[in-house]
Amino acid sequence: MSAAARIGAAGAALRRARPTTPAAAGGWAVLAVIGVLLLLAPAIGPNVWVSQVLTQALWLGIAAVSLTFLSRYGGMISLGQVAIYGIAGFAMANVVHTINSEGGLNLGWTPWLGVLFGIAVAVFIAFLYGAVASRSYGIYFLMTTLALSLLVFYFFGQVTQLSGFGGVRDVSHPGFLGDTLTNGTPLFYVCLGASAGVYLLLRYVVRTPFGIALQGIRDDPPRMASLGYNVPLHRTLAFTLGAFVASIAGILSVWYNTQIAPGNIGIGQTLAVLIVAVIGGLSRLEGAWIGALAYTLIEWYSRSWTPTVGNWLGPGQFNTIIGIVFLLIVLLSPDGLIGIWQRLRTRVGPLLGGSPPAAPEAGRAEEAEPKQTGVSTADGSSSSEVQEA
Amino acid sequence: MRTAVRQAPRAALIALVLLVVVWLALKGSKDGTTFLQVTLNGLSIGGLFFVVAAGFTLIFGLMRVVNMAHGSLYLFGGYLAYKAQASWFHGAASQFSLTAGNKVSVASFVVPLIYATVVIGLVGLVIQQVLLRWNQGQELRQALITIAVSVIFADQLLAHYGGIAQTINQPTSWPLSVTVGSFHYPFFRLAVVLGSAVVIGVLLYLLIKRTRFGMIVRAGVDDRAMLSAMGVNVQVVFAAAFFIGSALAGFAGVLGGAVLSVQPGYDTQLLLDALIVVIVGGMGSLGGAAIGAVLLGLVQSYSAIYLKFGSTDLTNYAILLTFILVIVVLAVRPLGLFGRPA
Repeated sequence: MSAAARIGAAGAALRRARPTTPAAAGGWAVLAVIGVLLLLAPAIGPNVWVSQVLTQALWLGIAAVSLTFLSRYGGMISLGQVAIYGIAGFAMANVVHTINSEGGLNLGWTPWLGVLFGIAVAVFIAFLYGAVASRSYGIYFLMTTLALSLLVFYFFGQVTQLSGFGGVRDVSHPGFLGDTLTNGTPLFYVCLGASAGVYLLLRYVVRTPFGIALQGIRDDPPRMASLGYNVPLHRTLAFTLGAFVASIAGILSVWYNTQIAPGNIGIGQTLAVLIVAVIGGLSRLEGAWIGALAYTLIEWYSRSWTPTVGNWLGPGQFNTIIGIVFLLIVLLSPDGLIGIWQRLRTRVGPLLGGSPPAAPEAGRAEEAEPKQTGVSTADGSSSSEVQEA
Repeated sequence: MRTAVRQAPRAALIALVLLVVVWLALKGSKDGTTFLQVTLNGLSIGGLFFVVAAGFTLIFGLMRVVNMAHGSLYLFGGYLAYKAQASWFHGAASQFSLTAGNKVSVASFVVPLIYATVVIGLVGLVIQQVLLRWNQGQELRQALITIAVSVIFADQLLAHYGGIAQTINQPTSWPLSVTVGSFHYPFFRLAVVLGSAVVIGVLLYLLIKRTRFGMIVRAGVDDRAMLSAMGVNVQVVFAAAFFIGSALAGFAGVLGGAVLSVQPGYDTQLLLDALIVVIVGGMGSLGGAAIGAVLLGLVQSYSAIYLKFGSTDLTNYAILLTFILVIVVLAVRPLGLFGRPA
């Protein structure tokens, strides 16, 4: 297929992908309401809630949405997102000024230069790794990216020149954030702005010719290859875009924690980001932030709620609780909380006389909905089997 | 031009391998004893990796289940044996009593070993029957389920066995080292770890290539639906394979607990090692697991010793070589050295 024809076809797909149905407008209205509520949150909610719970939920959501994006639109479940955000965080933390100069290179760059450097390094490494990893699919891709995560973790654990002995502490941040420990509001707004920006960017990208082609590759790589698309390149670029998003989360996490240590990017955090994305629901980008909020709330409040049951359960055993929640979600509702919500609307909605939820589904049908829903779609081979069947 | 680009990774790989061989030969000719020591270290740790990865790859090859809880089973096996040794054989588990002349009988090592192997096999079987059996074919969902299991396991093991590193005692009646001329090497690492890895490898090979069960397993790897249609009860075969695969993790956990230690974090460490072994060797291939395990073991042990150039000590960066191993193999063969498309 010639380039012109390809652009023509993609353009047609693009036009189809832009419905302005009432349902889509309703979706935007809901998002706008949530946005306004969040903007007002520092005025309404208690300080701890805003500076701790919501802020963490926002940056964790950015990390998770990079995974949701790759899974939903590229069919790639990546466990490497925390490795990438760790690289970004460590790269930044090493080059900027650290107050106590404990660990790290402490080169004394200005914070913004550090941000650019951190993101650039992470994106560059992710591009190289993506070029190799993008040739594996489904479960192989998951394992390859998990290997990346663990290797990056052990690398920073071993190379103490870069990670210090207890991590790089007191990393300086741009001046307008002020003291993040006493007043978290500026950082909250930065996280909110970054979340909105990332969300809009990803929504835009999946409607570009690149995004449409990516979804075609998710559903049937050989067919797209035979149409003349460069399949590995599209997957590599998608992985790189995901890395860009993840590295933003990495920067924000360093500002939030005021430090970064190998323990911040270990297997626990890798799984946490996966859990967040899956709990929220891999079928929609918004799920990442919903999952992040749920995760943060459980993390925040489980300490006071959890009863002590012998050695099995206690206030310190957040991981057992989140593990069980994760297990239940994967077993019962592969679409996560969003899936539960949508199913509730299908069942309960008509009874209450609300609008039938079939409409929004139809509105999004042009977005190249996967053949199956949920986790199983992310696997290229199984969805192509379904097509052939 | 295109072919030149295609061939570039292969040429780079060959050049890299040659470089490494020449470099190692130089090191070996300088100090033969150290070289032999380091090589045997690599081979014996590779043997441990093989036992872990063999179970992992057996389960994957047949059922397409990536058991992310495999590392947890390894660690659980180590803890079970440690507890069994401590509570059933009095005094055997106290490390300090050894110097006071306390004997650790062979039984106090072998009985916990068998106990942990069998129990872990059963634990794996329960996981498969309860959580995985009814969503067969949904590979990613099954991977997520086992990830959830591993998260719960890690937390529970920490709560029940604590965070302190423990060691399983080796029998005192066994010799401490093997001696050839002036060269000594720990008996346990050489004979028990490497030996049992070889024995397990051979047994698995015979099981898969020579028995009716193995024939069914091989047929199942190629075409599950057809095998089932021919009247074989595939579920029983799956259950048996899951039992064997998990039991191997438990067995390796006991050996690892005796050679290294039993402590939190080893679950992910060994899961990473198993992953790298099967990524390098090729998923589902027993021979690939053996090659991958030896490669990984050697790379780890050489890079921990030989990454010193004059006064610059780069051993901190040893993990990067493992990384390079993975990247190079994936760049040349995306499915691993012995991998086949599903």
